Amino acid sequence: MTAETAPLLELRDVGKDYGSVIALDGISTTVRAGEVTCVLGDNGAGKSTLIKILAGVHRADRGQLLLDGRPADFGSPREALDAGIATVYQDLAMIPLMAIWRNFFLGAEPTRGRGPFRRFDAARAKDVTRRELAAMGIDIRDPDQPVGTLSGGERQSVAIARAVHFGARVLILDEPTSALGVKQAGVVLRYVAQARDRGVGVVLITHNPHHAHPVGDRFLVLNRGRSLGSFPKADVSRDELTRLMAGGAELDQLAHELERPAT
Amino acid sequence: MATGAAGEPSTRRADERLTAVGPLRRLLVKPELGALVGAVAVFAFFAVQSEVFRSARGVANWLDPASTLGIMAVAVALLMIGGHFDLSAGVMTGTTALTVAIVAVEFEQNIWVAIGVSLVVALLIGFFNGWLVTRTGLPSFIITLGTFLMLQGLNLGLTKFLTGTVTAGGLASVPGYSSAEWLFASRMTILGAEVRVAVLWWVLFTALATWVLLRTRFGNWVFATGGDEVAARNVGVPARRTTIALFMTTATAAWFVGTTLAVRLTSVQANTGTGQELIYIVAAVIGGCLLTGGFGSAIGASLGALIFGMTQLGIPYLRWDADWFYFFLGAMLLLAVLANRLVRRYAEAARR
Repeated sequence: MTAETAPLLELRDVGKDYGSVIALDGISTTVRAGEVTCVLGDNGAGKSTLIKILAGVHRADRGQLLLDGRPADFGSPREALDAGIATVYQDLAMIPLMAIWRNFFLGAEPTRGRGPFRRFDAARAKDVTRRELAAMGIDIRDPDQPVGTLSGGERQSVAIARAVHFGARVLILDEPTSALGVKQAGVVLRYVAQARDRGVGVVLITHNPHHAHPVGDRFLVLNRGRSLGSFPKADVSRDELTRLMAGGAELDQLAHELERPAT
Repeated sequence: MATGAAGEPSTRRADERLTAVGPLRRLLVKPELGALVGAVAVFAFFAVQSEVFRSARGVANWLDPASTLGIMAVAVALLMIGGHFDLSAGVMTGTTALTVAIVAVEFEQNIWVAIGVSLVVALLIGFFNGWLVTRTGLPSFIITLGTFLMLQGLNLGLTKFLTGTVTAGGLASVPGYSSAEWLFASRMTILGAEVRVAVLWWVLFTALATWVLLRTRFGNWVFATGGDEVAARNVGVPARRTTIALFMTTATAAWFVGTTLAVRLTSVQANTGTGQELIYIVAAVIGGCLLTGGFGSAIGASLGALIFGMTQLGIPYLRWDADWFYFFLGAMLLLAVLANRLVRRYAEAARR
């Protein structure tokens, strides 16, 4: 639908080395507003490296990162955040011992007063937290409770709500469903869809094609640091995704090996 | 528009689940609760048995050791919440006290110049500690153990070199002494008892630290840096700057206490402060600080210092052997650690 406008975020032949190891090479894909781009790959495929480049933790060694069609270069997570790229990490998203509202505004605390009397506006922070979570349909009993008392799915959901609140235009989700049960994963995917419907461009990193296929609009499949292609949803089925991820021929080989020997 | 399919079930159910977090649990989650109960118990224990202990003069007496310890314990608690230790904090009170005495007496400077030089020295040491810890990623325990030993050597070596003895003294006759005495070592009469001004400073610093921790951005960053440094950095918290600032805060507290000691006693032993660093940590832990960081309170650390002061003077008031003091302190520490563990488990038991 939005094919004519420039994508929010575009990768062109991006690559990254760690010493002599080529962690990522020749990666190209696009992220559009109101769409979900899924990055699929098995362990060690380079998903984490890709997130870190997008989030400003690492710099790409090769290729280009385009934000709104203009080349971008993030030196720190802060710079990426300021450009509207928010990352929700798998298990590092929250500080467990801190209250929900403190976590929600961590690093971007609203303040009152000036000079030495500048202080954290706690009343507003609690109020906004409660409202934003309710707007996402997230059921939180008490913003004062420590995040550690929330379930994994709730924690992911709070992190997503936080990113959306802070005006994220691109939301990167690192394996948001991997540690969750079936039901909890469904809840998180619903919030992903909700963020998408609010016009956010979502990058969903996962190794589960069953989670990716229903919510994704575009699929980038990685294998051992290289791209196996970036497909729009119309061009690829769930089974094809699964096959691609496992490395196609390798899976056939495995099936062959596991077959019962003919008697 | 944002309320999609997931929106509906929340509102009703949320209410009935809210009752699960009762007022008791809410109270138990407060880190300083254990220390408060402990302080009341210790006070009751000594006050019942000793009339002197509960008299105004007695209270002023045990507030005195609690005050200087408390100022340090509050700073050390902030640092512990931020996820680090400072073993050089004790010996640093000696370094700063010696700097005041030596610069004022041996280099014949106004005492305020000496106090200023001492502050610069403290801030440099604090910055060095923090910078090294954030730069190398090594445990602060080992890095500040290094600075602790280095400072201990410097305190002795430089004092001997500059004064020929292991004491730097003669502060009372230095220009500016009376105004410094007024600020750091004066006494005032409250309810017929002489109270040292350090008690006032202690209360003030505790209030300030509590406000900073709970009501400023920096306070939020301290909790976050201690709770999970990587996560904090990922959401944009300047974790390195926070850590360095905390080490410099501890150093500043050491400077304040060191200056107080120097001005009070007018002469400083070269081994001043050595061994105190663990007492600060004990007070902070009794006050509810977790050794792993990310949780604790300044008021708690102050209460821990109060328990320490009451015990230190209460034992001689009961005419017990003073040797029992350390046994008592160790038992308090163990109790506090166990209580903190229980409280944390109970607080987090809601879902697990």
